[in-house]
Amino acid sequence: MKLTLKVWRQNGPKEKGKIATYQVDDISEDMSFLEMMDVLNNELIEKGEDPVAFDHDCREGICGACSMFINGEAHGPGRGITTCQLHMRSFNDGDTIYIEPWRAAAFPIIKDLVVNRSAFDRIIQSGGFISVNTSGNTLDANAIPIPKSDADAAFDAATCIGCGACVATCKNSSAMLFTSAKISQLSLLPQGKPEAKERVVNMVKQMDLEGFGNCTNTGACAVECPKGISLENVARMNREFLLASTTKS
Amino acid sequence: MALDEKIPEGPLEQKWTKHKNNIRLVNPANKRLIDVIVIGTGLAGGSASASLAEMGYNVKAFCFQDSPRRAHSIAAQGGINAAKNYQNDGDSVYRLFYDTIKGGDYRSREANVYRLAEVSTNIIDQCVAQGVPFARDYGGLLDNRSFGGVQVSRTFYAKGQTGQQLLLGAYSAMSRQISKGKIEMFSRHEMLDMVIVDGKARGIITRNLVTGEIDRHSAHAVVLCSGGYGNVFYLSTNAMGSNATAAWKAHKRGAYMANPCYTQIHPTCIPVSGDYQSKLTLMSESLRNDGRIWVPKTKEHAKAVQAGELKPTAIKEEDRDYYLERRYPSFGNLVPRDVASRAAKERCDAGYGVNKTGNAVFLDFSSAIVRYGKVEANTKGLDSNDEALVQKLGKDVVAAKYGNLFQMYEKITDDNPYETPMKIFPAVHYTMGGLWVDYNLMTTVPGCFACGEANFSDHGANRLGASALMQGLADGYFVLPYTVGDFLASDIRTGPISTDSPEFEAAEKEVKERLSAFVNNPGTKPVDHYHRQLGKIMWEYCGMAREGEGLKKAIVMIQELREDFYKNVRVPGKEDEFNPELEKASRVADFLELGELMCKDALDRNESCGGHFREEMQTEEGEALRDDKNYRYVSAWEWFENPTDAKLHAIELTFDNVELKTRSYK
Repeated sequence: MKLTLKVWRQNGPKEKGKIATYQVDDISEDMSFLEMMDVLNNELIEKGEDPVAFDHDCREGICGACSMFINGEAHGPGRGITTCQLHMRSFNDGDTIYIEPWRAAAFPIIKDLVVNRSAFDRIIQSGGFISVNTSGNTLDANAIPIPKSDADAAFDAATCIGCGACVATCKNSSAMLFTSAKISQLSLLPQGKPEAKERVVNMVKQMDLEGFGNCTNTGACAVECPKGISLENVARMNREFLLASTTKS
Repeated sequence: MALDEKIPEGPLEQKWTKHKNNIRLVNPANKRLIDVIVIGTGLAGGSASASLAEMGYNVKAFCFQDSPRRAHSIAAQGGINAAKNYQNDGDSVYRLFYDTIKGGDYRSREANVYRLAEVSTNIIDQCVAQGVPFARDYGGLLDNRSFGGVQVSRTFYAKGQTGQQLLLGAYSAMSRQISKGKIEMFSRHEMLDMVIVDGKARGIITRNLVTGEIDRHSAHAVVLCSGGYGNVFYLSTNAMGSNATAAWKAHKRGAYMANPCYTQIHPTCIPVSGDYQSKLTLMSESLRNDGRIWVPKTKEHAKAVQAGELKPTAIKEEDRDYYLERRYPSFGNLVPRDVASRAAKERCDAGYGVNKTGNAVFLDFSSAIVRYGKVEANTKGLDSNDEALVQKLGKDVVAAKYGNLFQMYEKITDDNPYETPMKIFPAVHYTMGGLWVDYNLMTTVPGCFACGEANFSDHGANRLGASALMQGLADGYFVLPYTVGDFLASDIRTGPISTDSPEFEAAEKEVKERLSAFVNNPGTKPVDHYHRQLGKIMWEYCGMAREGEGLKKAIVMIQELREDFYKNVRVPGKEDEFNPELEKASRVADFLELGELMCKDALDRNESCGGHFREEMQTEEGEALRDDKNYRYVSAWEWFENPTDAKLHAIELTFDNVELKTRSYK
């Protein structure tokens, strides 16, 4: 198929960006979206032009690196997938496709479609862990039975890949879905309970410091989340936060 | 140089305990005076960084990704082995040890493998304590499943995302140390050389991938946890950025490379669909617990399937060839990966493949769906003869077990695996070879250590499923943190290592020259062109089957390709800016050398063992024919100027605790 691509080009965080237009031909519908971008880039290189910079790594939907805002949607059309899992069969011959970076004040642009998501790392560093040393001298793994429903809910929250689609989608650039997923995972498990109060307070504080917006319960984040992280996590975080701020630890 | 493996004396089961009691320690106050560099933040690097920092060392951790959480361990699907014997099926440390040695076709080191099996149980305890949400049964206890090459259920899992959950566990342990300032994290940084001062690894040269700045970093030890080199094949299940550069630079600075030809071709991946393809996607080995592998019995059927004229579901049971069950009745679909891959190739080469390229076999869940559906119906007191109901219930069970894998398959292929069998084919997945290390995980360069997939020590010629996660975490959490102390104990009075020495200066200069040569090269072809060509050569001549003449031909082809690469590659942009093409060029340059060494190693090894299958060396039934008399050794290669001159050091393997047998899964 033949496509017209409208791609955001920006040389650096301080530079002015603009949409550039490219034509690509001979695109197979079995290609992944990123393979289509590879075709574009190799053509640009052969012509002596600057290829489009974009983040990507595993190309199987789990590392969370790829991050394109395609036709106004994080990770493009389709649900439950990342950009690298999007295939060209989702488009039609002759389509014009708009490709933009994640846009959020807390995710400054590095180049073109590449943004800096280190704010997410700092949120985790502020409390997204259980304080246990890696000595191996812990309880036997089966010493504390965990109800399957709790373990499953913790797992569902833990599947977040940290891609930032939630932030890119949110009209407030809120990181509540991301932050609440980690808080939920750890507070649902007995091992995470001792630090639960401190954790939620510190992580929410860091989230605010990074410049992410607040949540207005629109729920667009959960719709666009490639891993289907549920909005329930945000509610759980709010409950935990309220509890932590109104009771003594 | 004679290599000292430093294997402790004494009975196998006491070696590690005794060794831990005897090695030198560094006291807590002195640990604060010692810096350690860790390259890579996957399971090995993440766990090593966290553990070293907790112990008190100053850690500098580096990864090329934008966050340590994205290392490719995250993509591991199926599970992690541990000899917990929770299922009471006769598992033990010895059995895990034995299965691993046998699975590796008797080409790994007994002492290392035993230690791995021994610490495996701690890993599960540790991860649960960190909040890793492993799968549980209704009693709230941990669940297990089976993987290839074993007859017990010892694999712990978190749906099809076990690697993700374990990596996020290690990442959270790292994050805790980063917040305390004990780990200094350098994301989007790539190691481009290792610096040796007075014979010891004392630092690295890195490139900041955002600004292009070249920096010097010093430390008292350098730990390489940089993963494997499967991307030498271009198409593999590795991530796009996975590369051999850190390990290869260490090799060129004196670290021996061991068994580079041992590569694992994973039997169950989504087949190649076109020339544009950039990577291959794995379908977890756990699927072989319930999926049955088959091709049509007759060529007529196979041809009709290839042409798209016959649906697999229309082929009757008696017209299907469940070739793994036929050839290996005792292990069936759960034979080890090398065996399953070769069997698939054999059927496809004989013309029984099932997609348009003829390079695919079926992985079929229909009988599992019925089996589970009936059990569910019976448990719920429903009619187990109601076919539609059984189908529905069975699909629900299969979805609960493998849902994300089925979804991934459907997204890529546009086929619904609940209704029609998956099509799969082997693909490059893991490299058992790597930097040679002694029992302390130290390479031949004092102070340079290698952990996880980057070293060679535990999996011999073939790795069993769910053992990579085990090894990465074992090395990083429980082995290296002890053994590194034995080396660092001499460094408590050394003080900070200066980066102003001539050694750092020279290494930095070399790196800068190399990079500027790329961007100033008046070439025309993109880096991908060369990487693809290299991949084709490697797959054709050094892939699932190798043969002497072919390997010789491949060596010449790679040399020519390398020459062409330096003459005609085009790298756009500049060195001092964000430049992904430059990153690729520098990695592919290393693959072009490593590929030749792999072929050279494969040519030297005139036997078939594990993932290394020399066509000249097979039994009448087409099984691998090992030659213990002449090749019971580890091939450790020393670098001289270029891969053609690499020198082989054959290090004999001794087996005091297991009897060398012909591996049989029949």
